[in-house]
Amino acid sequence: MRTTADARDKPALVVVEKQKGAMRLVTLSRAARRAGLTPGISLADARARIPDLWVEEIDHRADAALLEAVAKDCDRVTPVVMIDAPDGLLLEITGSEHLFGDEAKLRLGLSQRLRRAGLHVRTVIAGAPDTARALARHGNVAIVPPDGDAAAVRSLPIAALNLPERDRIAISRAGLKTIGALADRPAQLFSARFGQQMTLSLSRLQGIAHAPLTPVRRVPTLWVERRFPEPIGRMEDIEAVLADLLREATSELSARREGGRLFEAAFFRADGAVRHIAVETGRPLREATVLIRLFRERLETLADPLDPGFGFDQVRLCVHVAEPLGVAQPGLDGHAIEADEVADLADRLATRFGPGRVLRFVRENTHNPDRAVRAIPASFNSRPPGFDPMTSAVWPTPEEGEPPLRPTHIFDPPHPIAIKFAEVPDGPPRRFSWRRKEYDVARAEGPERIAPEWWRSDAAADARDYYRIEDSEGRRFWLFRSGVYGGAAPPAWYLHGVFA
Amino acid sequence: MANVDLEALRSQVSRLERGSSPIAGARFATGSLAIDAALGGGMVRAALHEVFADGMANEPAAAAFAIALALRASQGRPIVWVRQDFVGLEMGEIYAPGLAELGLSPERLILVRARDGPAVLRAGEEAARCPPLGAVLIEPWGNPKTLDLVATRRLALAAARSNLPLFMVRAGGTPTPSAAASRWSIRSALSRPFATEAPGHPCFVADLLRDRAGAAGQGWVVEWNRDRLAFNDISAGDGAALPGRLVPDLAGGPHRADDGRRAG
Repeated sequence: MRTTADARDKPALVVVEKQKGAMRLVTLSRAARRAGLTPGISLADARARIPDLWVEEIDHRADAALLEAVAKDCDRVTPVVMIDAPDGLLLEITGSEHLFGDEAKLRLGLSQRLRRAGLHVRTVIAGAPDTARALARHGNVAIVPPDGDAAAVRSLPIAALNLPERDRIAISRAGLKTIGALADRPAQLFSARFGQQMTLSLSRLQGIAHAPLTPVRRVPTLWVERRFPEPIGRMEDIEAVLADLLREATSELSARREGGRLFEAAFFRADGAVRHIAVETGRPLREATVLIRLFRERLETLADPLDPGFGFDQVRLCVHVAEPLGVAQPGLDGHAIEADEVADLADRLATRFGPGRVLRFVRENTHNPDRAVRAIPASFNSRPPGFDPMTSAVWPTPEEGEPPLRPTHIFDPPHPIAIKFAEVPDGPPRRFSWRRKEYDVARAEGPERIAPEWWRSDAAADARDYYRIEDSEGRRFWLFRSGVYGGAAPPAWYLHGVFA
Repeated sequence: MANVDLEALRSQVSRLERGSSPIAGARFATGSLAIDAALGGGMVRAALHEVFADGMANEPAAAAFAIALALRASQGRPIVWVRQDFVGLEMGEIYAPGLAELGLSPERLILVRARDGPAVLRAGEEAARCPPLGAVLIEPWGNPKTLDLVATRRLALAAARSNLPLFMVRAGGTPTPSAAASRWSIRSALSRPFATEAPGHPCFVADLLRDRAGAAGQGWVVEWNRDRLAFNDISAGDGAALPGRLVPDLAGGPHRADDGRRAG
């Protein structure tokens, strides 16, 4: 892809970069090429030949940003788009071509779209990524027929192999000018002289081996989509399309005996904007009705609602994470089905209110009451970072006959209270005031000393002496004293929690 | 004349209502013999029950009383508790280790934090439509505008269809017309102390303000026994443990029955 703008009436444009101490031409407009300039010559030479040059210094960052923006736009064609820096994109179109009609129509549609955006592009469809990449840069084939990769690259120059300059010169000096000439000779010949890498590159070029690819977006395990000749904008239509896609995806999942955990709908607006909306579930799911409900919930509660603008011309549904899910056997295991229903409820609530608002509690292995429990999202089986089921403790069974030793409600941070009267300096208070009300203490138990965790960096706090207190009307509180009498500062009293 | 008719009708209705629940599990016993006898065998399972606190200072007791009822009704099944954010600010956040000491193992609990009253009602209704749950607790703050007779009917209906009890803890709220099957007012009672004068098991004064079956106007003092997951009656013999002012209340029979009638 050439990202250089070409303006007919303007002077010949060249893009220059400082190389080996001199400004050299790296990219040229067609006008500049017609004037006889070639990449690699110095700017001074070029100016000597054509005084009226339009010179721009190369901006790698802007180029990368543009390439990324184009990659995002190509998401319309397929969710599997890879950036081939500095100026190429690789699109995995298997499964997408039928949406356009055929490969030729897909290629034409994409090229036209990018040209309208002012880009000069070369597009090639081939069986293997490296084949397509080499043909786009060095060849003149548009679509390689199936299994025709090896034949299509035969006439390409050696440069298509992307070898180090030294090796390329060595090969051409040996009289081998084309890929075909290399392919006809035994591979050992070259690997002995130029290393394994070259034979590997050669077989990738011929579509025999495949290079590993890293797509821009996460590759879905499954996707289905719809395109519309006329953009749709009514919410009912959008929901109907989504429901249709969900049914299609779930029937595919059930054929694979899988259930999805992460679903993502992409809404492509006619003006180019794309909106992605994801739904995550706590268990593998493939019931279309449940998923339709989850998506409807999600769409209804978006803080930033789905804006169709002039309408969506494409909707895609991706299943990003899928897990094995056996065939449903209703009635066989009632308990498991009920557990699933509760998990579905948690998913629905999390979808509507946000995962951070639907919580369950895990116990932490610490005596520090502030850290003894952690709330984690209830809906996802995936553990939050840092959570280890092995170190996270199970809830202990309280000792029989003991009254509750921990409050049901807790204040974070603890509320400071004023002690009105204490019998002994380091005993529990007899009367205290909290929230502008006075409480007479009838019963007390304590102190239970809880020392700070000295191995933690934030453990500057004093040890706390906790008391269980009951007032004259039966209300039960959890108070603590921080600091000691006779210390540098007088001790402070706090109300940390309330018992039942 | 009219009075007589009314009385006759009332007892007839009450007979019908009691007779109309022969299904096993239609009621769950609280464990307190006195309460269960007054209610005709326990509380209605598939219904909405309202729990008020007798004054702000008793809000934690009201929530704990509702949790105890949920524990009685749920028989080990999961419990969903929907709380409005403001309730947490005002009354303290729920503390799972403390719930464990009431007998609610935290792995059974799903907590939903809702931003406002309408969100509490929506989440509560959604949860009440999930029959595998053991119980649903909702805790809106004050008197949300959307909490009217229609809204409570929706909740009651959802609970009835799923055969689930739905407990609505009305933190900071005052009684308004509702479709609840029962309405309670709860305050803390002095516990029976341990030998060392340490506070004992949680005790409550539970006043039944309103009851569909006609048992309203009575009050009981009960203690929550975590080990048996049941309420115990605190009998007159234990009265020494109770603050003096409670005894006349109990002996005096129906107190604040008027409140309940008016509100209902």
